[in-house]
Amino acid sequence: MAEAATAVNRSKMTVSDEVAIQITDMNKWYGTFHVLRDINITVNKGERIVVCGPSGSGKSTLIRCINRLEEHQQGQIIVDGTELTSDLKNIDKVRSEVGMVFQHFNLFPHLTILENLTLAPIWVRKVPKKEAEETAMYFLQKVKIPEQAHKYPGQLSGGQQQRVAIARSLCMKPRIMLFDEPTSALDPEMIKEVLDTMISLAEDGMTMICVTHEMGFAQAVANRVIFMDQGQIVEQNEPREFFNNPQSDRTKLFLSQILGH
Amino acid sequence: MTSPLYVRTTMIPPKNPPSSQVGIVHWIRDNLFSSGTNIFLTLAAIYAVYVLVATIGPWLSRSVWNASSLTECRAIIAATYGEGKSGACFAVINERWQQILFGFYPRDLYWRPTLTLVLMLVALGPILFSWVPRAMLWFSVCFPALAFWLLWGGTIWFPVMILVGFAVGYLAYRVVSAINGLAGIIAAIIVPVIWWLYLCGPLSDAVQSVVPIELRALRSADFGGFLLSAVIGISGIAFSLPLGILLALGRQSDMLVVKSFCVAFIEGLRGVPLITLLFTASLLLNYFLPPGTEFDIIMRVIIMVTLFSAAYMAEVIRGGLAALPRGQYEAADALGLDYWQAQRLIIMPQALKVSIPGIVGNFIGLFKDTTLVSFISLQDPLQLVSSIRANTEWNGIYWELFIFVGFLFFIFCFSMSRYSMYLENKLKTDHR
Repeated sequence: MAEAATAVNRSKMTVSDEVAIQITDMNKWYGTFHVLRDINITVNKGERIVVCGPSGSGKSTLIRCINRLEEHQQGQIIVDGTELTSDLKNIDKVRSEVGMVFQHFNLFPHLTILENLTLAPIWVRKVPKKEAEETAMYFLQKVKIPEQAHKYPGQLSGGQQQRVAIARSLCMKPRIMLFDEPTSALDPEMIKEVLDTMISLAEDGMTMICVTHEMGFAQAVANRVIFMDQGQIVEQNEPREFFNNPQSDRTKLFLSQILGH
Repeated sequence: MTSPLYVRTTMIPPKNPPSSQVGIVHWIRDNLFSSGTNIFLTLAAIYAVYVLVATIGPWLSRSVWNASSLTECRAIIAATYGEGKSGACFAVINERWQQILFGFYPRDLYWRPTLTLVLMLVALGPILFSWVPRAMLWFSVCFPALAFWLLWGGTIWFPVMILVGFAVGYLAYRVVSAINGLAGIIAAIIVPVIWWLYLCGPLSDAVQSVVPIELRALRSADFGGFLLSAVIGISGIAFSLPLGILLALGRQSDMLVVKSFCVAFIEGLRGVPLITLLFTASLLLNYFLPPGTEFDIIMRVIIMVTLFSAAYMAEVIRGGLAALPRGQYEAADALGLDYWQAQRLIIMPQALKVSIPGIVGNFIGLFKDTTLVSFISLQDPLQLVSSIRANTEWNGIYWELFIFVGFLFFIFCFSMSRYSMYLENKLKTDHR
């Protein structure tokens, strides 16, 4: 873990004063089940935040609220100056500014890698096809698989698919990236290649919120760790303190369970 | 004690499988004679094929293609192959094939349906095969109006005005939606309907009086045979797929009114036999229309067949939609695609691909169901077979005619089935 931390180039990882995401007194229910309770988070531009917690703690639901894949019932979510309400125009605007990477990649299996990457820029951003393809190739270079451009997702390994999914989000030139357990569905050998891609993204100064159990990643790049349980934020701290000096009992138990072996 | 250490220094390259695993002998043993049951089934199948060929083969080989009546046919067979031998009398097809194909369509106008068929193949090109230039799609779009004109005749301006109605609708949408989105959609539906109901006829008459272009007009009663089946079947196929897609999407909609309407439509039509709908088309529909309106019977049947088939189609496509993982919708949403973009670019291409076997199965069923129109006294191929057999010359013949009609249907249905297999293969990108 320590090695990874030293390898990270922190020169561009600066946090600005500008607010990227503001969540105020947010509550969400599934039917009668209260999944998210009084959530308050402010994320500044350039912050790298890791959200962790036991399964069912609402961490995925939380980040899915940020681009309104889930609807919140109370409180306020403002993303990049736009408030998320039922107004479809605002939702589409936020979604095109916020990239999302899923646990199961969710690439479009009927399109080639290149088509996966150019689809949204062409149809949502109205970028000319040629320009979109150039951008796509640039980001495929960046995730180190330009040679796979004309294959279909089904022909790639899990790690490669996830890197394509990251590149697909980047092609929309998002200001914020959300990661929903991006390495949980991967074989151990492939986790590193995806984490490396995410680290290089952090090095470029991207605002990131990652739901993940990769504590090495959290220590290497995060500037804040949020621990959730039962739909609420239990503890929030900068990573070194969070891991070495957890305050609440729930956090201590959680950390002892995931770091215990 | 030896050490447990083992280190491989060279990797083993792949070798060819042993000869018992490859080749024709292996295939035969594996597929035909692998077990006792299998040996029995293989022998039984060979025997069944033998019996079939031994029965039908001689009958087919003693076929007569030139004769003017069944009696003459039998005389020729008796003279050539000896008394008491039976043979196929295909002379009836040689003499009457045009009637089975075209019904009572005027003989001197046979070129019109034939030309329509050729043009239809051209129009299908860009729809069925991706290597045909995309610009050809414009011809495909205009083809229905052209086919209508060629088959029914009359002035060319009427189908042209029908097409113009779509352009008018689009224009209305562009103008009104600039003010209000929902009003735009309503205008896009209402304006063309008004156009078709009230302006189409007078306008086409007016243009016709200035620039007269017309073909001899025919009545729907002149249609018959395979031509009738093809007109109803192909129109039904062409219109029921888009309608089915809309119904399937409507059924999944969050909007209660849209959803309830689609569910009621689908369940209502699926719960009723097609024959009932055809009777409704032929008898009841006229009561609901304003007196004096002459609403063509073939059009009425096409509408009923389309609605009936669309209800089934919607359920097949709903199955395809259900097979898609939620993640596909979420990924499309997360990228900022709107509902129709997501449907068109992500959801439908995959859902339709999964549903191809079901959709084509529906198409084939619909095409064969067109023979049911004989119940409302339209001249489908089977009805014509009966009338040919009612002739004194051909009284008593049946196998040959039914084989011919069956063969025509088979060509059509089999090519649809083969095309669907081609398409499934072409679209296979999941590499599972």
